[in-house]
Amino acid sequence: MSTYISLSYLDLVGASVFLVLNALCSFALKLGLERQLLFSALRMIVQLLMVGLVLKAVFAASSALLTLLIAVIMITFAGREIRARQERRLTGIWGYGLGATSMMFAGTIVTVCVLVMQIEPQPWWTPQIALPLFGMVLGNTMTGVSLGLDTLHSTVYRERTAVEAQLLLGRTRWEAILPCARRSLRSGFTPIINAMAATGVVSLPGMMTGQILSGVDPQEAVKYQILIMFMIAGATGLGVLGAVFGSVWRLTDHRHRVRLDRMT
Amino acid sequence: MFKTVDLGTRHVGPVSINVARGECLAILGASGSGKSLFFRAIADLDPNRGEVYLNGKSREDMPAWEWRRQVSYVPAETGWWADRVGDHFDADGELEDLLRVVDLKDALGWDVNRLSTGERHRLGIVRALQARPNVLLLDEPTASLDADMTGAVERLIKQQLARDVCVLLVSHDPEQAKRIADRSMRMTGGRLQPETGAAS
Repeated sequence: MSTYISLSYLDLVGASVFLVLNALCSFALKLGLERQLLFSALRMIVQLLMVGLVLKAVFAASSALLTLLIAVIMITFAGREIRARQERRLTGIWGYGLGATSMMFAGTIVTVCVLVMQIEPQPWWTPQIALPLFGMVLGNTMTGVSLGLDTLHSTVYRERTAVEAQLLLGRTRWEAILPCARRSLRSGFTPIINAMAATGVVSLPGMMTGQILSGVDPQEAVKYQILIMFMIAGATGLGVLGAVFGSVWRLTDHRHRVRLDRMT
Repeated sequence: MFKTVDLGTRHVGPVSINVARGECLAILGASGSGKSLFFRAIADLDPNRGEVYLNGKSREDMPAWEWRRQVSYVPAETGWWADRVGDHFDADGELEDLLRVVDLKDALGWDVNRLSTGERHRLGIVRALQARPNVLLLDEPTASLDADMTGAVERLIKQQLARDVCVLLVSHDPEQAKRIADRSMRMTGGRLQPETGAAS
């Protein structure tokens, strides 16, 4: 098995050549993307360097409280991202709280269960293992939840007449909104379903690639990747279900009315 | 049989009316005067205040879905949630007869996208009648129909009145009100007043 090959900063500069080439092409072709491309790359570099420093400190401290704090910060940012990715969102605290809460519960339950029952590090919250796992689960759940909520809100807004037509025939709010909810759930589940279908055939996932590059036996890396995919799929499913049905509950009331006034 | 007591929303009311069994009340008024919002409030589709009674029973004493089966509202713009027309109807013996009356007996196999506004409206009325409601709230039921079809829909309304269904009818046509309504009222700025010089 090959040993881990360390990268120098010069290697990173070399790898950026193709990105710079893209920016030059954009400039030459007047696409107007060069500034956005370079700014995003710079932002990524700063974010990763900072997270590298933070993680190094957190790993060294090996404190449960500090690990929890980092997890809370991750959830806060992901919650903000879910809100920002919705064209129409619930008003007030619901606009932020519902997506963030669903994602938090789903991500936490799945990650803690896997840490305690499958991976079993000592202690179970060991930051080197818990935080990267939680990050991967949270990132994917965030995508699913934001897609599900965005689809639900735009569909209910667009198809209010169809939903109310069913209510007027004596159907309950759950029955009337089910076609919209079904479409939203499908939208939220699609990325992870596609990812599972393509993994190993079209793409080698980042974590597995990272493990192989650092010298881990590919079969061991595959086992970890399968575990991660199960975690991501489980958490995404729970998160999307919770968020979509929570939002259906909020967008309707006890008299089975559609409450578009609760949406911006 | 059917009455509202100080029924209102942010834009309509308070409105108090009494409509007897088998009676047709026409509601006239300019666009934007609040006629449709009044019907939405009766059907409990928008938050509202006041009371509504059917046969002495308060609306609040029954679940919303049961209320809407008994007090059926057909809006000016009908809603469709499936691709095929037939998927919006429960198959029963009366359906074929109702479709024949509105000249749409073959429509169940059609695609919703091919329906004209008038066809949508006629099918919307048929769909509401299938629940055999006690009260019918019809919002401009003949607005996009030719004279023949207007006659057919008016006959359908009269059939319901003969069955003791109480009908509230929004119309822009005073002549239609005279033809089928027992009395007329006018909505102005969200308030309902007796129509002067109308059939009553």
